[in-house]
Amino acid sequence: MCPFRKGRETVRIALFITCVNDTLFPGTGQAVVTLLERLGHTVHFPREQTCCGQMHFNTGYRPEAFPLVERFARTFDGYDAVVTPSASCAGMIKEGHPVLAAEHGGAGLQNAVAALVPRVHELTEFLVDVLGVTDVGAYFPHKVTYHPTCHSLRALRLGDRPARLLGAVKGIELVDLPQADSCCGFGGTFALKNADTSIAMLADKMSGVRSTGAEVLCAADNSCLMHIGGGLSRLRSGIRTMHLAEILASTEGSPR
Amino acid sequence: MSGDGLVWLGTPAFPEAAREALADTRLRRNLRRATTTIRDKRLAAVGELDDWERLRESGAAIKRRTLRHLGHYLERLEEKVTAAGGVVHWAADAAEANRIVADLVKATGRTEVVKVKSMATQEIGLNEALAAEGITAYETDLAELIVQLGDDRPSHILVPAIHRSRAEIREIFTREMGRRGKDAPADLSDDPRALAEAARLHLREKFLSAKVAVSGANFGVAETGTVCVVESEGNGRMCLTLPETLITVMGIEKVVPDFVDLEVFLQLLPRSSTGERMNPYTSLWTGVTPGDGPQEFHLVLLDNGRTQTLRDTVGRQALSCIRCSACLNVCPVYERTGGHAYGSVYPGPIGAVLTPQLAGVEHAASLPFASTLCGACYDACPVKINIPEVLTHLRAKIVQGRRPGAEALVMKAATAVLSAPGRLSAVQRASFLGGRVIARKGRIGRLPPPLAGWSAARDTPAPPSESFRAWWSRTKESS
Repeated sequence: MCPFRKGRETVRIALFITCVNDTLFPGTGQAVVTLLERLGHTVHFPREQTCCGQMHFNTGYRPEAFPLVERFARTFDGYDAVVTPSASCAGMIKEGHPVLAAEHGGAGLQNAVAALVPRVHELTEFLVDVLGVTDVGAYFPHKVTYHPTCHSLRALRLGDRPARLLGAVKGIELVDLPQADSCCGFGGTFALKNADTSIAMLADKMSGVRSTGAEVLCAADNSCLMHIGGGLSRLRSGIRTMHLAEILASTEGSPR
Repeated sequence: MSGDGLVWLGTPAFPEAAREALADTRLRRNLRRATTTIRDKRLAAVGELDDWERLRESGAAIKRRTLRHLGHYLERLEEKVTAAGGVVHWAADAAEANRIVADLVKATGRTEVVKVKSMATQEIGLNEALAAEGITAYETDLAELIVQLGDDRPSHILVPAIHRSRAEIREIFTREMGRRGKDAPADLSDDPRALAEAARLHLREKFLSAKVAVSGANFGVAETGTVCVVESEGNGRMCLTLPETLITVMGIEKVVPDFVDLEVFLQLLPRSSTGERMNPYTSLWTGVTPGDGPQEFHLVLLDNGRTQTLRDTVGRQALSCIRCSACLNVCPVYERTGGHAYGSVYPGPIGAVLTPQLAGVEHAASLPFASTLCGACYDACPVKINIPEVLTHLRAKIVQGRRPGAEALVMKAATAVLSAPGRLSAVQRASFLGGRVIARKGRIGRLPPPLAGWSAARDTPAPPSESFRAWWSRTKESS
């Protein structure tokens, strides 16, 4: 039974997995499903979903991003809550979709986007603000440090939500990341167009991560983690990256 | 070299220029130390005010209103300055502004001017233009002096010699001061106090002999015709009071409607720029005052691309900038590359949105891409310029204005794939198969261009055998 209700009806929760997670990090999506089901909710996965259009938008390809905005609005129209395990994509939907709808779409789409945007929640926002939980019953006996990604920090203002969720995990040893609020240097196509600067920023972020002695680096965005984790892997650092959802999904019965 | 205009010809595109800068270990160390110190100071100074966010809102609102009615306020400013005994000149571009200033200096019969640190005169390359007319301009701000003596370029809006260490400054002073006036003491050390004292003695001579000064302006008040310069060293106060003639070059966006507006900006500016509650010297003057200060005052109002920028309703917010440089100090890109890589007198995040708009995007097309869109600049900006918003806006303009290349094809192909879930599934299966060929132990090492820059420092996880949507179909929909 779903305890999250709107009046007497059960609220319909949709998962927006994001194209990066769908293709490269299915484990994160599976973790979100496991977690929400464990909390008593039914999760829907509308198959027509693909991508929020952030790469196109941030690289300057707005007409190419626009069909993805239309698709997103159409796909998630019938849901009361859209949950996504990406602060970055949630930020794009909240900031970029209204801009693209206004520039390229009609009044119908603009209204649909305006109505949908407040129903889109990044995972930790959804857990803490909508469901009102911080202890999700997780167990993860490892030393972990958390990197607040730029979109978590400054686009969505997630604040201490991730830390509160992680802090309630049994067995976890959380250590602070030095210069945590400094960008890791990913920036989407920035990592390709300005590879050298991106790597310089990455090197500093990795130094911070390594100085903590953590075994696991977690964040609310797999794209940033792919960048930092890719560097940590190249250095054979012995530190793995995990999306926060996977830590929250981990239990004594089925550890990750 | 110190001020040859808004965009420095010959500077390579940002990625290349940055590669060179990143390899300069001394620059990296200087920048890291300087930006970290100033960031902490700013946070402390800002944290003291419980109405900081409201101040930012006010600053942004005043600037928005001013830009909406810019013509009105500028005419009012002209009227008030004229009534107070000043002369107002209008300059459409750098060449016209330089012509006006050079003619004004020549009319005094002098061949030397002292200068207050000014971004506007850097932007128009005034020193070089004056030199071509046989007029020598002496920079009197300590950091500008270091840049000028070193035949160097500024790399920061507020601290133009941020890239220099004190050992380098000592070397520049020892080598160059004598050529342009009083020599540095023979036993000059690299102690900051000794360096400042050497500069003080060198400059004192200029202040006392100069008959003409050139300044910029932080604010020009339309209501009263008052012009304001904010500084730390007192060199500005010397230049603004001792000479007989004062010529101020002011960007037209620097006008504020009313005198009380200064209350907002004089709180926002010092706390954001130097991390101080108040800067040591704030000079305000209204036209000329008989028997007190310069008896001749000229205000040159500079457009130089600003009206053009104003036409863009998204991009125009860059004109709200009060040149505090907080965005540079918090920028993770600037912290590593420094200012020269931007190839403009306006570096850093604000430079990345201002330079392409003032000079035309074709002259600085790599700058709007020189950002991860991390948003630290927007958070720090005292007048709430949404720099990431302007950056993506300018990126779209640049892409639209150029001939589509390989990148455009990739983007279009991506949209085609992402517009059909079936196609996305097919690509996911293909990427798994491709990954199986090139991955070793679950990770992919080197990749071909355009991904070579990515794979130079990062492994890529091999695409999994089952995408999320495939997993969902198998486990959730088959039952």
